[in-house]
Amino acid sequence: MLTIRKYVMAESLSQAYDLYQNKNNTIIGGMLWLKMQDRTVDTAIDLSNLGLNTIEETENTYEIGAMVTLRDLELHSGLNTLTGNAFTACVKPIVGVQFRNLATVGGSVYGRYGFSDLLTLLLAMNADVVLYKNGIVNIHDFVKMPYTRDIVVKVIVSKNNGNVYYTSFRNTKTDFPVLTCCVYHHDNHTGACIGARPGKALDFVMNEEETVTDYANRIHESCPFGSNMRSSASYRGKLCRNLTEYAIRQLQKGESSC
Amino acid sequence: MLITITLNGKKITEEVTADSLLIDFVRHHKCFSVKRGCETSNCGLCTVLLDGKPVLSCSLLTCRVNGHSVQTLEGLQEEAKEFVGFIANQGAEQCGFCNPGMVVNTIALLREYPDPSDEDIRQFLSGNLCRCSGYESQLRGIRAYLDFRKGDAA
Ligand SMILES: Cc1cc2nc3c(=O)[nH]c(=O)nc-3n(C[C@H](O)[C@H](O)[C@H](O)COP(=O)(O)OP(=O)(O)OC[C@H]3O[C@@H](n4cnc5c(N)ncnc54)[C@H](O)[C@@H]3O)c2cc1C
Ligand code: FES
Ligand code: FES
Repeated sequence: MLTIRKYVMAESLSQAYDLYQNKNNTIIGGMLWLKMQDRTVDTAIDLSNLGLNTIEETENTYEIGAMVTLRDLELHSGLNTLTGNAFTACVKPIVGVQFRNLATVGGSVYGRYGFSDLLTLLLAMNADVVLYKNGIVNIHDFVKMPYTRDIVVKVIVSKNNGNVYYTSFRNTKTDFPVLTCCVYHHDNHTGACIGARPGKALDFVMNEEETVTDYANRIHESCPFGSNMRSSASYRGKLCRNLTEYAIRQLQKGESSC
Repeated sequence: MLITITLNGKKITEEVTADSLLIDFVRHHKCFSVKRGCETSNCGLCTVLLDGKPVLSCSLLTCRVNGHSVQTLEGLQEEAKEFVGFIANQGAEQCGFCNPGMVVNTIALLREYPDPSDEDIRQFLSGNLCRCSGYESQLRGIRAYLDFRKGDAA
Protein backbone atom coordinates (compact mmCIF):
# COMPACT_ATOMS: atom_id res chain seq x y z
CA MET A 1 0.00 0.00 0.00
CA LEU A 2 1.16 3.52 -0.77
CA THR A 3 1.06 5.80 2.26
CA ILE A 4 1.55 9.53 1.78
CA ARG A 5 2.10 11.84 4.75
CA LYS A 6 1.99 15.22 3.02
CA TYR A 7 0.77 16.47 -0.35
CA VAL A 8 2.19 19.54 -2.12
CA MET A 9 0.85 21.01 -5.34
CA ALA A 10 4.13 22.44 -6.66
CA GLU A 11 4.07 26.11 -7.60
CA SER A 12 7.29 26.00 -9.62
CA LEU A 13 9.71 23.45 -10.99
CA SER A 14 12.42 24.76 -8.69
CA GLN A 15 10.21 24.18 -5.65
CA ALA A 16 9.40 20.67 -6.92
CA TYR A 17 13.07 19.94 -7.55
CA ASP A 18 14.15 21.18 -4.10
CA LEU A 19 11.50 19.06 -2.39
CA TYR A 20 12.47 16.05 -4.51
CA GLN A 21 16.07 16.14 -3.23
CA ASN A 22 14.83 14.62 0.03
CA LYS A 23 14.84 10.89 -0.67
CA ASN A 24 11.65 10.35 1.32
CA ASN A 25 9.71 12.60 -1.08
CA THR A 26 8.52 11.69 -4.54
CA ILE A 27 7.09 13.17 -7.72
CA ILE A 28 3.67 11.87 -8.70
CA GLY A 29 2.68 11.62 -12.33
CA GLY A 30 -0.45 9.55 -12.94
CA MET A 31 0.44 7.62 -9.74
CA LEU A 32 -0.60 4.34 -11.38
CA TRP A 33 2.78 2.69 -11.07
CA LEU A 34 3.56 4.29 -7.72
CA LYS A 35 0.31 3.00 -6.31
CA MET A 36 1.38 -0.59 -6.95
CA GLN A 37 4.28 -0.13 -4.51
CA ASP A 38 4.30 -0.85 -0.82
CA ARG A 39 6.00 2.25 0.56
CA THR A 40 5.61 5.36 2.65
CA VAL A 41 6.22 8.71 1.00
CA ASP A 42 6.85 11.72 3.16
CA THR A 43 5.78 14.38 0.64
CA ALA A 44 4.03 13.68 -2.66
CA ILE A 45 4.95 16.42 -5.14
CA ASP A 46 2.23 17.09 -7.69
CA LEU A 47 3.29 18.72 -10.99
CA SER A 48 -0.29 19.22 -12.23
CA ASN A 49 -0.30 23.01 -11.97
CA LEU A 50 2.93 23.76 -13.84
CA GLY A 51 1.52 23.86 -17.36
CA LEU A 52 3.24 20.59 -18.29
CA ASN A 53 0.06 19.08 -19.74
CA THR A 54 0.39 20.52 -23.25
CA ILE A 55 1.78 19.36 -26.59
CA GLU A 56 3.40 22.35 -28.31
CA GLU A 57 4.17 22.34 -32.02
CA THR A 58 7.25 24.26 -33.20
CA GLU A 59 8.60 24.56 -36.75
CA ASN A 60 10.59 21.31 -36.49
CA THR A 61 9.34 19.52 -33.40
CA TYR A 62 6.56 18.55 -31.05
CA GLU A 63 7.29 19.25 -27.38
CA ILE A 64 5.31 16.91 -25.15
CA GLY A 65 4.96 18.06 -21.51
CA ALA A 66 5.60 15.55 -18.72
CA MET A 67 1.99 15.71 -17.47
CA VAL A 68 0.49 15.00 -20.90
CA THR A 69 -1.52 11.79 -20.58
CA LEU A 70 -1.26 8.69 -22.73
CA ARG A 71 -4.81 9.42 -23.90
CA ASP A 72 -3.66 12.87 -25.10
CA LEU A 73 -0.99 11.15 -27.22
CA GLU A 74 -3.58 8.72 -28.60
CA LEU A 75 -5.88 11.52 -29.76
CA HIS A 76 -3.33 14.13 -30.89
CA SER A 77 -3.85 14.70 -34.60
CA GLY A 78 -0.46 16.34 -35.27
CA LEU A 79 1.59 13.54 -33.68
CA ASN A 80 -0.52 10.85 -35.34
CA THR A 81 -0.42 12.46 -38.78
CA LEU A 82 3.36 12.75 -38.48
CA THR A 83 3.81 9.10 -37.47
CA GLY A 84 1.09 7.26 -39.39
CA ASN A 85 -0.90 6.75 -36.17
CA ALA A 86 2.05 5.19 -34.36
CA PHE A 87 1.20 7.07 -31.14
CA THR A 88 -2.34 5.69 -31.19
CA ALA A 89 -1.15 2.15 -31.98
CA CYS A 90 1.43 2.39 -29.21
CA VAL A 91 -0.78 3.46 -26.31
CA LYS A 92 -4.23 2.15 -27.29
CA PRO A 93 -3.67 -1.35 -25.86
CA ILE A 94 -2.61 0.02 -22.45
CA VAL A 95 -5.34 -1.04 -19.97
CA GLY A 96 -8.27 1.25 -20.83
CA VAL A 97 -9.40 4.81 -21.57
CA GLN A 98 -9.84 5.61 -17.86
CA PHE A 99 -6.29 4.48 -17.16
CA ARG A 100 -4.81 6.38 -20.11
CA ASN A 101 -6.59 9.56 -18.97
CA LEU A 102 -4.36 9.40 -15.87
CA ALA A 103 -1.03 7.81 -16.91
CA THR A 104 1.53 10.45 -17.85
CA VAL A 105 4.39 10.76 -20.32
CA GLY A 106 6.72 11.87 -17.47
CA GLY A 107 5.97 8.80 -15.33
CA SER A 108 6.29 6.48 -18.33
CA VAL A 109 9.59 7.95 -19.50
CA TYR A 110 11.18 8.37 -16.06
CA GLY A 111 10.39 4.74 -15.21
CA ARG A 112 12.26 3.38 -18.29
CA TYR A 113 10.26 0.18 -17.87
CA GLY A 114 11.29 -2.88 -19.87
CA PHE A 115 7.70 -3.47 -20.97
CA SER A 116 7.13 0.12 -22.03
CA ASP A 117 5.29 0.65 -25.30
CA LEU A 118 6.00 4.38 -25.22
CA LEU A 119 9.72 3.99 -24.59
CA THR A 120 9.96 1.71 -27.65
CA LEU A 121 8.34 4.37 -29.86
CA LEU A 122 10.33 7.28 -28.43
CA LEU A 123 13.60 5.37 -28.94
CA ALA A 124 12.65 4.69 -32.56
CA MET A 125 11.94 8.41 -33.01
CA ASN A 126 15.30 9.29 -31.40
CA ALA A 127 13.49 11.67 -29.02
CA ASP A 128 15.13 14.04 -26.55
CA VAL A 129 14.22 14.11 -22.87
CA VAL A 130 14.38 17.51 -21.16
CA LEU A 131 15.39 17.25 -17.51
CA TYR A 132 15.06 20.17 -15.11
CA LYS A 133 18.71 20.13 -13.92
CA ASN A 134 20.49 18.03 -16.54
CA GLY A 135 18.95 19.75 -19.57
CA ILE A 136 18.45 17.96 -22.89
CA VAL A 137 19.47 14.29 -22.95
CA ASN A 138 18.97 12.01 -25.94
CA ILE A 139 16.63 9.18 -25.00
CA HIS A 140 19.22 6.53 -25.97
CA ASP A 141 21.52 8.01 -23.30
CA PHE A 142 18.66 8.60 -20.88
CA VAL A 143 17.72 4.90 -20.75
CA LYS A 144 21.26 4.08 -19.65
CA MET A 145 21.41 6.80 -16.98
CA PRO A 146 20.97 5.94 -13.30
CA TYR A 147 17.69 6.96 -11.63
CA THR A 148 18.73 10.39 -10.35
CA ARG A 149 16.41 12.81 -8.54
CA ASP A 150 15.90 15.02 -11.58
CA ILE A 151 12.52 15.96 -13.05
CA VAL A 152 11.40 15.05 -16.57
CA VAL A 153 9.97 18.34 -17.87
CA LYS A 154 9.17 17.36 -21.44
CA VAL A 155 10.01 15.08 -24.35
CA ILE A 156 10.87 16.50 -27.77
CA VAL A 157 10.25 14.59 -31.00
CA SER A 158 11.58 15.83 -34.32
CA LYS A 159 9.27 16.18 -37.30
CA ASN A 160 12.05 14.59 -39.38
CA ASN A 161 11.76 11.34 -37.43
CA GLY A 162 8.10 10.52 -37.98
CA ASN A 163 8.60 7.72 -40.52
CA VAL A 164 7.87 4.85 -38.12
CA TYR A 165 5.65 1.79 -37.88
CA TYR A 166 4.57 0.53 -34.45
CA THR A 167 3.32 -2.89 -33.50
CA SER A 168 3.15 -5.02 -30.36
CA PHE A 169 1.98 -8.46 -29.37
CA ARG A 170 -0.13 -9.30 -26.32
CA ASN A 171 -1.47 -12.63 -25.10
CA THR A 172 -4.71 -10.89 -24.28
CA LYS A 173 -5.97 -7.39 -24.99
CA THR A 174 -4.98 -4.77 -22.37
CA ASP A 175 -2.32 -7.05 -20.80
CA PHE A 176 1.34 -6.05 -20.69
CA PRO A 177 3.01 -6.70 -24.04
CA VAL A 178 4.93 -9.91 -24.80
CA LEU A 179 6.97 -7.91 -27.30
CA THR A 180 7.00 -4.37 -28.68
CA CYS A 181 8.48 -3.46 -32.04
CA CYS A 182 8.86 -0.07 -33.65
CA VAL A 183 10.69 0.22 -36.97
CA TYR A 184 11.88 3.50 -38.45
CA HIS A 185 13.56 5.07 -41.40
CA HIS A 186 15.22 8.41 -40.80
CA ASP A 187 18.68 10.03 -40.83
CA ASN A 188 19.45 7.77 -43.83
CA HIS A 189 19.05 4.52 -42.00
CA THR A 190 16.44 1.93 -41.20
CA GLY A 191 16.21 0.24 -37.83
CA ALA A 192 14.03 -1.48 -35.26
CA CYS A 193 13.57 -0.91 -31.54
CA ILE A 194 12.54 -4.07 -29.74
CA GLY A 195 11.07 -3.85 -26.23
CA ALA A 196 9.41 -6.04 -23.59
CA ARG A 197 12.17 -8.60 -24.32
CA PRO A 198 11.23 -8.42 -21.34
CA GLY A 199 14.12 -5.97 -20.74
CA LYS A 200 14.28 -2.36 -21.92
CA ALA A 201 13.96 -1.72 -25.64
CA LEU A 202 17.12 -2.05 -27.74
CA ASP A 203 17.85 -0.44 -31.10
CA PHE A 204 19.10 -2.49 -34.10
CA VAL A 205 20.24 -0.66 -37.22
CA MET A 206 19.78 -2.41 -40.57
CA ASN A 207 22.87 -2.79 -42.78
CA GLU A 208 22.60 -1.38 -46.27
CA GLU A 209 23.36 -4.70 -48.00
CA GLU A 210 20.94 -6.72 -45.83
CA THR A 211 17.60 -8.03 -47.10
CA VAL A 212 14.60 -7.52 -44.81
CA THR A 213 14.49 -11.25 -44.06
CA ASP A 214 18.22 -11.44 -43.25
CA TYR A 215 17.87 -8.39 -41.00
CA ALA A 216 14.92 -9.89 -39.11
CA ASN A 217 16.86 -13.16 -38.73
CA ARG A 218 19.89 -11.28 -37.43
CA ILE A 219 17.83 -9.52 -34.72
CA HIS A 220 16.27 -12.86 -33.79
CA GLU A 221 19.76 -14.31 -33.30
CA SER A 222 21.50 -11.36 -31.65
CA CYS A 223 18.84 -9.70 -29.48
CA PRO A 224 18.87 -10.92 -25.86
CA PHE A 225 15.45 -12.31 -24.89
CA GLY A 226 14.31 -13.55 -21.50
CA SER A 227 11.46 -15.66 -20.18
CA ASN A 228 8.73 -14.56 -17.79
CA MET A 229 5.13 -15.50 -17.03
CA ARG A 230 3.99 -14.07 -20.39
CA SER A 231 6.34 -15.90 -22.71
CA SER A 232 9.51 -17.94 -23.08
CA ALA A 233 12.66 -16.39 -24.53
CA SER A 234 12.44 -18.67 -27.53
CA TYR A 235 8.86 -17.64 -28.34
CA ARG A 236 9.83 -13.97 -28.01
CA GLY A 237 12.68 -14.53 -30.46
CA LYS A 238 10.43 -16.05 -33.12
CA LEU A 239 7.81 -13.36 -32.56
CA CYS A 240 10.48 -10.70 -32.91
CA ARG A 241 11.67 -12.05 -36.25
CA ASN A 242 8.14 -12.10 -37.65
CA LEU A 243 7.03 -8.74 -36.23
CA THR A 244 10.21 -7.02 -37.44
CA GLU A 245 9.91 -8.37 -40.98
CA TYR A 246 6.19 -7.52 -41.11
CA ALA A 247 6.71 -4.02 -39.67
CA ILE A 248 9.56 -3.15 -42.08
CA ARG A 249 7.46 -4.25 -45.05
CA GLN A 250 4.54 -2.17 -43.77
CA LEU A 251 6.85 0.83 -43.38
CA GLN A 252 8.21 0.35 -46.90
CA LYS A 253 4.65 0.28 -48.27
CA GLY A 254 3.82 3.49 -46.37
CA GLU A 255 1.12 1.80 -44.27
CA SER A 256 -0.23 3.38 -41.08
CA SER A 257 0.29 1.59 -37.77
CA CYS A 258 -3.49 1.47 -37.24
CA MET B 1 -5.62 19.56 3.29
CA LEU B 2 -8.84 21.55 2.81
CA ILE B 3 -10.35 20.81 -0.59
CA THR B 4 -13.47 21.79 -2.49
CA ILE B 5 -14.93 19.31 -4.98
CA THR B 6 -18.16 19.54 -6.92
CA LEU B 7 -19.61 16.05 -6.56
CA ASN B 8 -22.65 15.39 -8.75
CA GLY B 9 -23.35 19.11 -8.89
CA LYS B 10 -22.99 19.72 -5.15
CA LYS B 11 -20.02 21.67 -3.78
CA ILE B 12 -18.30 19.90 -0.89
CA THR B 13 -15.57 21.51 1.18
CA GLU B 14 -13.77 19.15 3.49
CA GLU B 15 -10.49 18.34 5.16
CA VAL B 16 -8.89 15.20 3.63
CA THR B 17 -5.66 13.32 4.38
CA ALA B 18 -2.76 13.50 1.90
CA ASP B 19 -3.31 9.92 0.70
CA SER B 20 -7.11 9.95 0.58
CA LEU B 21 -8.20 8.35 -2.71
CA LEU B 22 -11.11 9.72 -4.71
CA ILE B 23 -12.95 6.37 -4.51
CA ASP B 24 -13.03 6.59 -0.70
CA PHE B 25 -14.08 10.24 -0.81
CA VAL B 26 -17.07 9.60 -3.11
CA ARG B 27 -18.12 6.49 -1.17
CA HIS B 28 -17.90 8.50 2.06
CA HIS B 29 -20.40 10.83 0.38
CA LYS B 30 -22.74 7.89 -0.22
CA CYS B 31 -21.91 7.30 -3.88
CA PHE B 32 -21.92 3.54 -3.37
CA SER B 33 -22.22 2.78 -7.09
CA VAL B 34 -18.43 3.31 -7.21
CA LYS B 35 -16.79 -0.04 -6.45
CA ARG B 36 -13.28 -1.24 -5.73
CA GLY B 37 -12.58 -4.36 -7.74
CA CYS B 38 -8.79 -4.57 -7.84
CA GLU B 39 -5.67 -3.04 -6.36
CA THR B 40 -3.90 -2.68 -9.69
CA SER B 41 -5.74 0.02 -11.69
CA ASN B 42 -6.97 -2.68 -14.02
CA CYS B 43 -10.70 -3.38 -13.67
CA GLY B 44 -12.55 -0.09 -14.31
CA LEU B 45 -15.14 -0.74 -11.58
CA CYS B 46 -14.25 2.55 -9.92
CA THR B 47 -14.79 4.70 -13.05
CA VAL B 48 -16.05 8.26 -12.46
CA LEU B 49 -16.07 11.32 -14.69
CA LEU B 50 -13.56 14.00 -13.76
CA ASP B 51 -14.48 17.23 -15.55
CA GLY B 52 -16.33 14.97 -17.99
CA LYS B 53 -13.47 12.52 -18.63
CA PRO B 54 -13.56 8.92 -17.42
CA VAL B 55 -10.85 8.15 -14.85
CA LEU B 56 -10.09 5.49 -12.24
CA SER B 57 -11.09 6.93 -8.88
CA CYS B 58 -9.09 4.20 -7.07
CA SER B 59 -5.86 5.65 -8.46
CA LEU B 60 -6.43 9.36 -8.00
CA LEU B 61 -5.57 11.42 -4.93
CA THR B 62 -8.53 13.41 -3.65
CA CYS B 63 -6.17 16.37 -3.11
CA ARG B 64 -5.43 16.49 -6.86
CA VAL B 65 -9.14 16.82 -7.60
CA ASN B 66 -9.39 20.02 -5.53
CA GLY B 67 -11.35 22.62 -7.52
CA HIS B 68 -12.67 20.08 -10.05
CA SER B 69 -15.99 18.42 -10.78
CA VAL B 70 -16.69 14.71 -10.29
CA GLN B 71 -19.71 12.73 -11.46
CA THR B 72 -20.62 9.22 -10.40
CA LEU B 73 -23.49 7.10 -11.66
CA GLU B 74 -25.66 8.68 -8.93
CA GLY B 75 -25.32 12.02 -10.76
CA LEU B 76 -25.72 10.58 -14.27
CA GLN B 77 -29.08 8.86 -13.87
CA GLU B 78 -30.84 10.69 -16.71
CA GLU B 79 -28.21 9.80 -19.29
CA ALA B 80 -27.90 6.22 -18.02
CA LYS B 81 -31.66 5.65 -18.04
CA GLU B 82 -31.74 5.92 -21.82
CA PHE B 83 -29.69 2.78 -22.48
CA VAL B 84 -29.29 0.56 -19.39
CA GLY B 85 -32.52 -1.32 -20.12
CA PHE B 86 -31.14 -2.39 -23.51
CA ILE B 87 -28.04 -3.80 -21.81
CA ALA B 88 -30.06 -5.66 -19.18
CA ASN B 89 -32.36 -7.07 -21.88
CA GLN B 90 -29.37 -8.81 -23.45
CA GLY B 91 -28.51 -10.56 -20.19
CA ALA B 92 -25.36 -8.49 -19.75
CA GLU B 93 -26.12 -7.73 -16.13
CA GLN B 94 -25.46 -10.86 -14.17
CA CYS B 95 -23.86 -10.30 -10.77
CA GLY B 96 -23.99 -6.59 -11.71
CA PHE B 97 -20.80 -5.67 -9.87
CA CYS B 98 -19.06 -4.24 -12.94
CA ASN B 99 -22.17 -2.50 -14.12
CA PRO B 100 -21.86 1.04 -12.65
CA GLY B 101 -18.30 1.49 -13.96
CA MET B 102 -19.29 0.16 -17.36
CA VAL B 103 -22.36 2.41 -17.55
CA VAL B 104 -20.34 5.53 -16.60
CA ASN B 105 -17.75 4.68 -19.25
CA THR B 106 -20.48 4.03 -21.82
CA ILE B 107 -21.79 7.53 -21.12
CA ALA B 108 -18.29 8.87 -21.83
CA LEU B 109 -18.13 6.74 -24.99
CA LEU B 110 -21.46 8.02 -26.32
CA ARG B 111 -20.53 11.63 -25.60
CA GLU B 112 -17.25 11.23 -27.51
CA TYR B 113 -18.52 8.96 -30.33
CA PRO B 114 -22.25 9.59 -30.88
CA ASP B 115 -22.34 6.86 -33.56
CA PRO B 116 -19.63 4.37 -32.57
CA SER B 117 -18.68 1.27 -34.57
CA ASP B 118 -18.54 -2.10 -32.77
CA GLU B 119 -14.75 -1.76 -32.75
CA ASP B 120 -15.04 1.74 -31.16
CA ILE B 121 -17.28 0.28 -28.45
CA ARG B 122 -14.99 -2.69 -27.77
CA GLN B 123 -11.95 -0.43 -27.68
CA PHE B 124 -13.49 2.24 -25.42
CA LEU B 125 -14.87 -0.30 -22.94
CA SER B 126 -11.79 -2.55 -22.94
CA GLY B 127 -10.79 -1.21 -19.51
CA ASN B 128 -14.05 -2.39 -17.92
CA LEU B 129 -13.54 -5.98 -16.89
CA CYS B 130 -16.56 -8.23 -16.46
CA ARG B 131 -16.25 -11.75 -15.12
CA CYS B 132 -19.78 -12.85 -15.98
CA SER B 133 -21.02 -11.61 -19.33
CA GLY B 134 -18.21 -12.39 -21.77
CA TYR B 135 -18.74 -8.84 -23.16
CA GLU B 136 -20.77 -9.87 -26.20
CA SER B 137 -24.08 -9.21 -24.46
CA GLN B 138 -22.90 -5.74 -23.39
CA LEU B 139 -21.97 -5.01 -27.00
CA ARG B 140 -25.34 -6.31 -28.24
CA GLY B 141 -27.14 -4.13 -25.68
CA ILE B 142 -25.33 -0.94 -26.71
CA ARG B 143 -25.85 -1.82 -30.40
CA ALA B 144 -29.58 -2.38 -29.76
CA TYR B 145 -29.82 1.01 -28.06
CA LEU B 146 -27.99 2.75 -30.94
CA ASP B 147 -30.26 1.05 -33.51
CA PHE B 148 -33.31 2.09 -31.50
CA ARG B 149 -32.05 5.67 -31.31
CA LYS B 150 -31.43 5.76 -35.06
CA GLY B 151 -34.90 4.36 -35.71
CA ASP B 152 -36.37 6.98 -33.42
CA ALA B 153 -34.54 9.78 -35.24
CA ALA B 154 -35.72 8.54 -38.66
C1 LIG C 1 -1.84 -2.24 -14.29
C2 LIG C 1 -0.87 -1.54 -15.19
C3 LIG C 1 -0.74 -1.95 -16.52
C4 LIG C 1 0.17 -1.31 -17.36
N1 LIG C 1 0.29 -1.74 -18.66
C5 LIG C 1 1.19 -1.15 -19.47
C6 LIG C 1 1.36 -1.59 -20.83
O1 LIG C 1 0.73 -2.52 -21.30
N2 LIG C 1 2.26 -0.93 -21.60
C7 LIG C 1 3.00 0.13 -21.11
O2 LIG C 1 3.79 0.67 -21.86
N3 LIG C 1 2.84 0.56 -19.86
C8 LIG C 1 1.97 -0.07 -19.03
N4 LIG C 1 1.87 0.38 -17.73
C9 LIG C 1 2.69 1.52 -17.29
C10 LIG C 1 1.93 2.82 -17.46
O3 LIG C 1 1.63 3.02 -18.84
C11 LIG C 1 2.76 4.03 -17.00
O4 LIG C 1 3.94 4.06 -17.70
C12 LIG C 1 3.08 3.97 -15.56
O5 LIG C 1 1.88 3.84 -14.83
C13 LIG C 1 3.83 5.23 -15.11
O6 LIG C 1 3.10 6.38 -15.41
P1 LIG C 1 2.41 7.24 -14.25
O7 LIG C 1 2.03 8.55 -14.84
O8 LIG C 1 1.37 6.45 -13.60
O9 LIG C 1 3.67 7.46 -13.28
P2 LIG C 1 3.77 7.43 -11.67
O10 LIG C 1 3.30 6.13 -11.12
O11 LIG C 1 3.17 8.66 -11.10
O12 LIG C 1 5.33 7.55 -11.55
C14 LIG C 1 6.21 6.51 -11.94
C15 LIG C 1 7.64 6.92 -11.50
O13 LIG C 1 8.06 8.06 -12.25
C16 LIG C 1 8.34 9.15 -11.37
N5 LIG C 1 7.87 10.36 -12.06
C17 LIG C 1 6.62 10.63 -12.50
N6 LIG C 1 6.61 11.77 -13.21
C18 LIG C 1 7.88 12.23 -13.20
C19 LIG C 1 8.53 13.38 -13.76
N7 LIG C 1 7.86 14.27 -14.48
N8 LIG C 1 9.85 13.53 -13.55
C20 LIG C 1 10.55 12.61 -12.81
N9 LIG C 1 10.00 11.53 -12.26
C21 LIG C 1 8.69 11.34 -12.46
C22 LIG C 1 7.63 8.84 -10.07
O14 LIG C 1 8.25 9.46 -8.96
C23 LIG C 1 7.74 7.32 -10.04
O15 LIG C 1 8.99 6.94 -9.58
C24 LIG C 1 0.97 -0.24 -16.86
C25 LIG C 1 0.84 0.17 -15.53
C26 LIG C 1 -0.06 -0.44 -14.70
C27 LIG C 1 -0.19 0.04 -13.28
S1 FES D 1 -10.77 -0.57 -8.53
FE1 FES D 1 -9.96 -1.69 -10.21
S2 FES D 1 -9.36 -0.08 -11.55
FE2 FES D 1 -10.08 0.99 -9.82
S1 FES E 1 -21.92 -8.86 -14.53
FE1 FES E 1 -20.70 -9.84 -13.02
S2 FES E 1 -18.74 -8.88 -13.32
FE2 FES E 1 -19.91 -8.11 -14.93
